[in-house]
Amino acid sequence: MIQQILFAIVAIAVFGFAFDRYNKIYRNIRLGKDYDTSGSEAARMKNMLLVAFGQKKMFKRLIPALLHLCVYIAFVVTQIELIEILIDGFTGNHRYFYPLLSSISIGGFDMYWFIISSIEGLSVLALVATFAFLARRNLLKIPRFRMSEMKGWPKIDGNVILMLEIILVTCIFTMNAADDALYRLGHTHTNGLHHEVGSFGFAVTAPLGDLMYQFFGQFDEMGIWMLEILERAGWWGHILVVFLFLGYLPFSKHLHIMLAFPNTYFAPLNSRGEMENMPDVMNEVKMMMGLTDMDGSMDDPGDELPEFGAKDIFGLSWKNILDSYTCTECGRCTSVCPANVTGKKLSPRKVVMAVRDRAEEVGTKIDSGDYDANNFDDGKSLFDYISREEIHACTTCNACVEACPVMINPLEPILKMRRYEILTESAGPGDWVPMFTSIENGGSPWQVADARDKWATDATKENE
Amino acid sequence: MSEMAAQGKEPEVLYWVGCAGSFDARAQKVAVAFAKIMNEAEIPFAILGQEESCTGDPARRAGNEFVFQMMALQNIETLNMYNVKRIVTACPHCFNTLKNEYPALGGNYDVIHHTQFINDLIKEGRLKLKGGGAFQGKRITYHDSCYLGRVNGVYEAPREILASLDNHLVELKRSKTNGLCCGAGGSQMFKEDEPGDKRINIERTEEALETGAEVIVANCPFCITMMQDGVKAKDKQEEVMVVDISEMIVSNNRL
Ligand code: SF4
Ligand code: SF4
Repeated sequence: MIQQILFAIVAIAVFGFAFDRYNKIYRNIRLGKDYDTSGSEAARMKNMLLVAFGQKKMFKRLIPALLHLCVYIAFVVTQIELIEILIDGFTGNHRYFYPLLSSISIGGFDMYWFIISSIEGLSVLALVATFAFLARRNLLKIPRFRMSEMKGWPKIDGNVILMLEIILVTCIFTMNAADDALYRLGHTHTNGLHHEVGSFGFAVTAPLGDLMYQFFGQFDEMGIWMLEILERAGWWGHILVVFLFLGYLPFSKHLHIMLAFPNTYFAPLNSRGEMENMPDVMNEVKMMMGLTDMDGSMDDPGDELPEFGAKDIFGLSWKNILDSYTCTECGRCTSVCPANVTGKKLSPRKVVMAVRDRAEEVGTKIDSGDYDANNFDDGKSLFDYISREEIHACTTCNACVEACPVMINPLEPILKMRRYEILTESAGPGDWVPMFTSIENGGSPWQVADARDKWATDATKENE
Repeated sequence: MSEMAAQGKEPEVLYWVGCAGSFDARAQKVAVAFAKIMNEAEIPFAILGQEESCTGDPARRAGNEFVFQMMALQNIETLNMYNVKRIVTACPHCFNTLKNEYPALGGNYDVIHHTQFINDLIKEGRLKLKGGGAFQGKRITYHDSCYLGRVNGVYEAPREILASLDNHLVELKRSKTNGLCCGAGGSQMFKEDEPGDKRINIERTEEALETGAEVIVANCPFCITMMQDGVKAKDKQEEVMVVDISEMIVSNNRL
């Protein structure tokens, strides 16, 4: 009973805390501008299933994709056991599904055995993958894990989660093995198996259980008591790590395990070659060129001058901010960025992380109550996080967009900041000014006096 | 175009020459090459001449939406006035802007890149390859431009043309979806680089030279400039040529 009360208190506290955190992230995402989510739902579904669920884009790099797949599948499948643990936690009913599932037989094996054995098998794979990931991150000199934006918290974050994974798997194995040993001694608390003697025979933990049985069996009551402690320690360890994980996720790049789904679902369906149109500017230019009829249908002038482009997260779309919270910090984008690989400061990953960090900062300031969310001004902006040198270096090559495994678009914030710089501030690289003037006055980025079809007339003359 | 319209004729396709094709000395040669190919295949085509303006792509990607809108709306006016339906262009940036960005502004056309156009002509038998020419049997490599490749997913048409010519294609280490930019896009063409270790075109040229190819084939006037500069910087201009696919056809058919 004490266990259950304790469990309920911890569970409610964790869920409450997590709920508050997720709510704030949702609020921060909604600080962005409207974003067009029209278009085929089937196409969106397909993106989500293929890219988030099916991890299609991961497979551009085979080895990490396979390792990641092990952890991912183990994670998903383990949730089945988690349901049972939660029921146990609230009701004290140990291995709740055992009687039902063990009575269903598939190919000579009972269903319960099959499920838990699969979880155990996958957990071993996940464990192997986790060690490989730790080695990759910390021992191998993979450049994308060693850039400046990966110093400090992002580096710790990556390792913390891998450690948690190891603890998680160790706890499951301890719990199942100790329970198996108890079963052999006729002392398992499993639903419907009280005082029965036998073994679960789970793929990984049955041999471990046998070892424990032989060792602890020597100490009679004392041994049983120790096994029960081990079993409970495994159980509590497991669920506490899960709770920790739940509360930790929203502070971590691991949020992608949830946000990858909405992020791929809402990923743009139009061509990536299309920059978002700016109807305000279009209408103004139309008016200037006399392309609209001047009768009343226009917005009333005297409106305060709109801010073009993005100076802060408020000028981005909510999808841009969702992108930033979804980022796994994997650095695939940066490793293919032509500017970055030739030593420029620009790193698309850093751009995405900066959007998130700024959204967090704005969110925290709004929560402090000292700032107004509708008219936010703390004297800072995205330009404090992303320098002009960085946004100017982008060739708009879309390599980062192509590379991202969760369909983030790091290019869009860059282009929106360029728009702010040019349209609202009338700033930007000085080299571009003559280009703009030349296009505006001569219809070509180069100042040329020749007729536009001189090449053709010349060629015809030559042929004659 | 205006002459054709005056005579009441409708061209099969409008050739959008673009600023580079019109004014850049190197790209002009490509424009001539492509025009020769269309003549050879007896395609009735027109150009807008003085009525063509920059599509606005360099302005838009630099962030200058005003200048982009001015160019785009003016071009759309012209194109719609002539009732243009089909456009071919030898510039992937013009191609992308005309195809993907003009519709939102009221310009809807069937836009095709010259590599796709030429590939179709070959497939339909309208353009017969004679064989031979300066590129016969040569070791070549092909550079995917970002705006034809990754942005618009056209990887095969140019490769199909190359396969129908007699040569030995060695793919670059980073090609197709992984292709590395030449460094010109996003209006980089029109400004100095930010500080770094290397220019992007040098990185890409080194990769191309690694293939041991004697010919670097491109599909974009800006890529050609960038790669040509890279080859010069590496002092390889005697050994390695940078050409547009259309120029290979011209040589093949001795047009
Ligand atoms: S689009 Fe810009 S940021 Fe993205 S990879 Fe290309 S140069 Fe880098
Ligand atoms: S934006 Fe995408 S590719 Fe880049 S680090 Fe984040 S998840 Fe990885």
